[in-house]
Amino acid sequence: MEHGAFGDQSNATFSLTEEDHTLANAVRFTLNQDPRVTFCGYSIPHPSDARVNIRVQTTGDPAREVLKDACQDLMLMCQHVRSTFDKAVADFKTSERGQAMNIDSEE
Amino acid sequence: MAEKNEKKQVNEGKGKFSSLDLPDLPKGLPPQLEFQRTRVLCNLDAPIHTDTVMYGGAYASMGVDNSVQLDYFRQKFRVEVVRLTKDDMEFDLIGIDPSIANAFRRILIAELPTMAIEKVLIANNTSVIQDEVLAHRLGLIPIMVDPRLFEYISENDTNNEKNTIVYKLHVRCERGAPRLTVKTNELKWLPNGSELLLDSKNSDSNPTSKPRTYTSFSCSQASLPKFANNPINPMPDITIARLGPGQEIELEAHAVKGMGKTHAKWSPVATAWYRMLPEVVLLEDVEDEDAEKLVNTCPVKVFDIEDIGNGKKKATVARPRACTLCRECLRIGEEWEKRVSLRRIKDHFIFTIESTGALPPEVLFTEAVKILEDKCERVITELS
Ligand code: SF4
Repeated sequence: MEHGAFGDQSNATFSLTEEDHTLANAVRFTLNQDPRVTFCGYSIPHPSDARVNIRVQTTGDPAREVLKDACQDLMLMCQHVRSTFDKAVADFKTSERGQAMNIDSEE
Repeated sequence: MAEKNEKKQVNEGKGKFSSLDLPDLPKGLPPQLEFQRTRVLCNLDAPIHTDTVMYGGAYASMGVDNSVQLDYFRQKFRVEVVRLTKDDMEFDLIGIDPSIANAFRRILIAELPTMAIEKVLIANNTSVIQDEVLAHRLGLIPIMVDPRLFEYISENDTNNEKNTIVYKLHVRCERGAPRLTVKTNELKWLPNGSELLLDSKNSDSNPTSKPRTYTSFSCSQASLPKFANNPINPMPDITIARLGPGQEIELEAHAVKGMGKTHAKWSPVATAWYRMLPEVVLLEDVEDEDAEKLVNTCPVKVFDIEDIGNGKKKATVARPRACTLCRECLRIGEEWEKRVSLRRIKDHFIFTIESTGALPPEVLFTEAVKILEDKCERVITELS
């Protein structure tokens, strides 16, 4: 991973190898949610090159920290998704035993 | 000030569940903007408002914060399991952005590892299926073993008991016998590794104890506690080939760990997909013949008829979830576009996972989420 733009810390391009839309699009979403971000976007320079460039421009905070926070946010979201999902599956497994197939009627 | 109005307008269609009913929505967006933000409207020609408003400050001028704070996400996010079987699962993810739901889907298809046959050593093949086609068919057979118990093999690694599964296939159709269908049940697991000798020029299979073979297992996989009582089998009852009288296949197949982005044979899902929850709303009362027409038009029976007394009948939306968005109901006639409104809820995903058999679908999803977490962690550590 490299880090472009050295003079001004608040604007930077991050080049992630071995990543694609999967991570970049999700991170772009969390970055956009951050009020410190004025612009962010990503591009894949060439489809046969496993690399994605993420551009982050901020209102003044170091772009590196903002990107780190975005990843942190995404990770916490994932953890929440996972625990919620596991709980829903566990509930489903126990509930189903009792009442055969009447699940979609619960609202 | 427009709040009450907004609720009324957007809920005019009284869908069963609407995420607009949630009390914790950001307050104060005018109803038409709120509608654009949360719904895709499917007109006869094309759907509109298909994009999501990502930018947190998009509505700042109206004093509305569009950013999804983590706490807010935690309150709102829900999972509802609809169907769960051994190899197939349907569940709803409610209150999540498409970019994240899509990340899960992409990981399920392309980045979750499984075991699949990668090398086939063919000793004899007199069947009508060419070697390379046969090898390709073998590669696509799901191997029913937890891939987490194995390691990846890299270019210079030797095949050992931690990264390779070896199968033997030796079938022949005797002369005078009827045609023989070779199923995956004929694949015999070799827990001790390859039986083909490395040095022999003519690759006859002569089972020996010491000489070097194509694998170097230090112990039998069957002696490892994790496989002691459950042999590693391929998915049964898949046809590999058909043999005519006198034809024979003898080969050895080596399965290794890999990912769907290298080749689809390693994908742990037959497929994984999602669709947004349809919302079908009748904008005006549809009665009598019109109601009959509507009910009979919909191929998946989204609508029902309700008696409202005095011999009058009224159409109701009974099963919006079944709507396929074929838009037949809008094609009945010109005025129908004003009667029926077809929408999709942007943050409600009906997610379906079909497993190929290596892991149950609920485990696949949890693993996929873990992989996204690992990706984030990798970026964080590299930036620190
Ligand atoms: S779009 Fe098709 S499936 Fe949906 S309600 Fe109309 S006719 Fe039925």
